[in-house]
Amino acid sequence: MRSVSVAGVGLTRIKEHWEKSLRDLFAEAALKALDDAGTDEIDAVYVSNMGSATLQSQLHLGAMMADAIGKRGITALRVEAASASGGVAFHEGVKAVASGLHDCVLVGGVEKMSDALPGEVAAALAMAEDQEYTAYTGVTKLGLNALVHRRYMERFGAEAKEIAMFAVRGHEHAVGCPHAQYPFKVSVERILASPMEADPIHMLECSSVGDGAAAIILRPAEEAEDGVEVASTAVATDFYHLTERYDITVFEAVRWAAARAFEAAGVSHKDIDVLEVHDDTTITGVVSLEDLGFVEKGKGAAFVAEGNTARGGELPTNTFGGLKARGNPVGATGLYQIAEIALQLRGEAGPCQVEGAETGLAQSLGGLGTTCAVTILRRR
Amino acid sequence: MSVPRYWREIKYRYRLIGEMCTDCGAAFFPRRAVCPRCGSKDLEECKLSEKGAVVSWTVVRNPPAGYEKYAPYVVALIELDDGVRILSQVVDVEPEEVEAGMRVEATFRRVREDGSSGIIEYGYKFRPVIE
Repeated sequence: MRSVSVAGVGLTRIKEHWEKSLRDLFAEAALKALDDAGTDEIDAVYVSNMGSATLQSQLHLGAMMADAIGKRGITALRVEAASASGGVAFHEGVKAVASGLHDCVLVGGVEKMSDALPGEVAAALAMAEDQEYTAYTGVTKLGLNALVHRRYMERFGAEAKEIAMFAVRGHEHAVGCPHAQYPFKVSVERILASPMEADPIHMLECSSVGDGAAAIILRPAEEAEDGVEVASTAVATDFYHLTERYDITVFEAVRWAAARAFEAAGVSHKDIDVLEVHDDTTITGVVSLEDLGFVEKGKGAAFVAEGNTARGGELPTNTFGGLKARGNPVGATGLYQIAEIALQLRGEAGPCQVEGAETGLAQSLGGLGTTCAVTILRRR
Repeated sequence: MSVPRYWREIKYRYRLIGEMCTDCGAAFFPRRAVCPRCGSKDLEECKLSEKGAVVSWTVVRNPPAGYEKYAPYVVALIELDDGVRILSQVVDVEPEEVEAGMRVEATFRRVREDGSSGIIEYGYKFRPVIE
């Protein structure tokens, strides 16, 4: 297997892009990434997306997006793993280059959520869960997160304000981030005073609806000008029904994917200089920190409240704002995370920069901890 | 929605039929082809307990399409008396009255309608037990 390099990245700002279509957004990010990599010679396109079948009544995205950037005659396909689509597509793209099958792959994620009404978006997101026995009850994705949130507070005695600090940190980090949807600070008091979305989760603890696209160019490391290398990628899945998990406060898929990624990269937790975790609500961010192995189970919320995940802290986490403040265009989110790690390692994170970052990890979740994709990048 | 898609789940939803592994005894809901605990493919249907206790719960305030008229409603993770866990709405209760450990029982209710001329779906919801 060959070493694989992140040779280029391209991001659109995340917001409600009323004037741009799914195709427009993809092309914008993909062309930026190609320009960044200084190439136009790609031989495969992996498109990550979750909701286009319902949000736009559109499928066949591989061919559509290859065509959108003027490519014919190459391999193109869509990868879907709910909100882990981006991380899983990246894993597949890396395999294709590492194996020698392809020499230059574009992995691009896109989601356009503002085309649909709120109830339609909630139904689209609930497609990450079993339609016959989970979505059937009328539970939303945020409602499932709430079941974990409540149980976590009860089991570990975590306080609402400690868990809410995850969103406070994200908003602090997003200030100055050019692609963030919500680049401003929000106080813990304001979060806890916001209306309940799915009790005990407040509205301002939830990532929001947004449109965006993120693209990454992968090439064999020996050919790349750029110095960011894929140290490892791993994907794991868990029981599809939350009801069957032995402990709903544990994301076992995260533990498995992390263990595999750390082993394959040959690095340890103390080597990670910058971290991106999946915080579609505050609790998933907290549980992810724990199950990735950075914090003891039950102590994640206190760890965040104490400031350890701040940009200047022990473990700078979600340094561009995370899902909460940078934004969560679901099928593209995992690629925003990986692109952000690459920008940190290149020293091009601007006001979000973590000085001297050499190794970073991105973790993406599909469903409520059902699919987990972990990516470790390092500077060569 | 097609009629068979609804019809094929009726037995399980109307009567709470799960599946039990004949090798290791683990029980599941909904049904499975393989036991994820021991790998056995020898499973048979079993009737689940209709009573249990709330483990965790939420109040859905911004519902998905099709559930608007019920909102806000309680959805709970319930551990049945036979140990199988199930996700269900909890009805006939005010959200603020729900608590961990609350005893609940299955009840047969309307779940949603497929438009004004489609199938009316029924199934289980749970409600507090009156001792």
